[in-house]
Amino acid sequence: MAEKKAKAKDQVVAKEAEIKTVPFRGGGFKIRSIRTIAPFVFIVIIAFWEFGSQTGLISNLVLPAPSEAFGALRELVESGMLVVHLSASLKRLIIGWSCGSVLGIIVGLLIGLFPLARAGMSPLVSAIFPIPKIALLPLFVIWFGIGEGSKVATILFGTFFPTVITTYGGVDNVDRGLIRMGQSFGLSWFSIVRKIILPGALPAILSGCRISASIAIILLVAAEMIGAEFGIGAYILLAGSLFATDQLVAGVAILSTMGLIFAWLIGRAEKYFLNWRT
Amino acid sequence: MDLHLKNISHNYGEVDVLKNIDLEINHREIVCVVGPSGCGKSTLLRFIGGLEQPARGKVVQIGAAPEDSLNPLTYIFQDFALLPWRTVIGNISLALEDHGLSALERKSIIENVLARTKLSDFRNALPRQLSGGMKQRVAIARALSVKPAVMLMDEPLSALDSQTRELLMDDLVDLWSREGFTACYVTHNLNEAVQLGHKIVVLSRRPGCIREIVDIDIPLDQRKNYINELDQKQMQLWALMRDEALAADQELING
Repeated sequence: MAEKKAKAKDQVVAKEAEIKTVPFRGGGFKIRSIRTIAPFVFIVIIAFWEFGSQTGLISNLVLPAPSEAFGALRELVESGMLVVHLSASLKRLIIGWSCGSVLGIIVGLLIGLFPLARAGMSPLVSAIFPIPKIALLPLFVIWFGIGEGSKVATILFGTFFPTVITTYGGVDNVDRGLIRMGQSFGLSWFSIVRKIILPGALPAILSGCRISASIAIILLVAAEMIGAEFGIGAYILLAGSLFATDQLVAGVAILSTMGLIFAWLIGRAEKYFLNWRT
Repeated sequence: MDLHLKNISHNYGEVDVLKNIDLEINHREIVCVVGPSGCGKSTLLRFIGGLEQPARGKVVQIGAAPEDSLNPLTYIFQDFALLPWRTVIGNISLALEDHGLSALERKSIIENVLARTKLSDFRNALPRQLSGGMKQRVAIARALSVKPAVMLMDEPLSALDSQTRELLMDDLVDLWSREGFTACYVTHNLNEAVQLGHKIVVLSRRPGCIREIVDIDIPLDQRKNYINELDQKQMQLWALMRDEALAADQELING
């Protein structure tokens, strides 16, 4: 009897328990892009910074107020010097970075394609890559002159090595099955390189460009340390030596804007060239 | 054009992979090669098409390939091997670009193979937009575009789900009934072998050598009506392979 009762109770419990939504537990860990957050973060930080400076929370000696830096920037624009500095720097950046990248891609392809080149050059690349190019600047001045040569060379060398490494890494990662397919259809060596290996390595090459563009901007300041009259780097260094921190911050803001623009451009290039990716 | 595999043996270092393989692939004949995993089926296929060289023995070609054949020995791969950055048309065009054809000739060949493989509506799709079956159709279209004398098929249906596999199998049977191509078809699926093979070569476990060659005389397009006979053949093949497959399985466990 008691048993029967217990059974009946069990059934009731079972019936009650039957209707229950399965809890959802698959949320999170999803990569989504939220566009509005990034400007918001910037604005909040700058507003806090300005507020701190105004109230004396942040001493002017430690960090100039954003409004002061903005003032320095406006001065720079109004005096017409911004264009002069910017064009001098952009010229060095574009020549140095594009030559470094093109040479880096060529050498990277050679290392990726020919065992002899790999055996000969890849240890060399590994040996030279970690040397800070800033340390070599005096040598560059002797080799390439105190003018534009040494500045372009610093940026060129700085971007060359990471490009080499990402390029041959990209070539190594091209699906061997696709290369074999090319061979099985009797494609020429040159066709296989141009139509299979190069597009296959392009994702790696473009992400290498992302890194080398940042390195180029970092090295710009170093390159303009010696014998540069104009240039964003020269402007920052001059401001630094005069402890004109408002100008220094303004210059740094210009550099970081350049970085953002380069990253955006490369992002566009990736979207355009790599639209075949899932 | 016939192919004759003459006494092929191969080893990777100490390990013998293939031993004394002697086999003929005749005109308009589909030769299926079956065997347990790791018996060197795919390696054998790479020898036939000249993508790899055997340690001993050789593959000889008897008679010239047809004049209009652009690539006499043409592969169809298990993983399709389509360039992800090229559209359907671009992928087929890749096989034609190095043969000095005019753009117009290329276009007409591509249209022709697209129609034959029922792909005309997908001409501008990228591989990532296509299902597995469609991708393999593109690969088949690409292979047909170079007018192969012998098609070398390396488990072409293994990466597909079973329904798609049936559909593509029917397509292959249709294609053979219409055009009568020559093929060497490597598979581990005995059902595919009895549906498609005129001659089924059973390889033994490593080192792979020919265990037996089973002939099936039923015409390809009538095989659907002889299910019992095919089942029997399949049982016969399985009986031949069972112990080998078991041993191959154990081998992996024992390292």
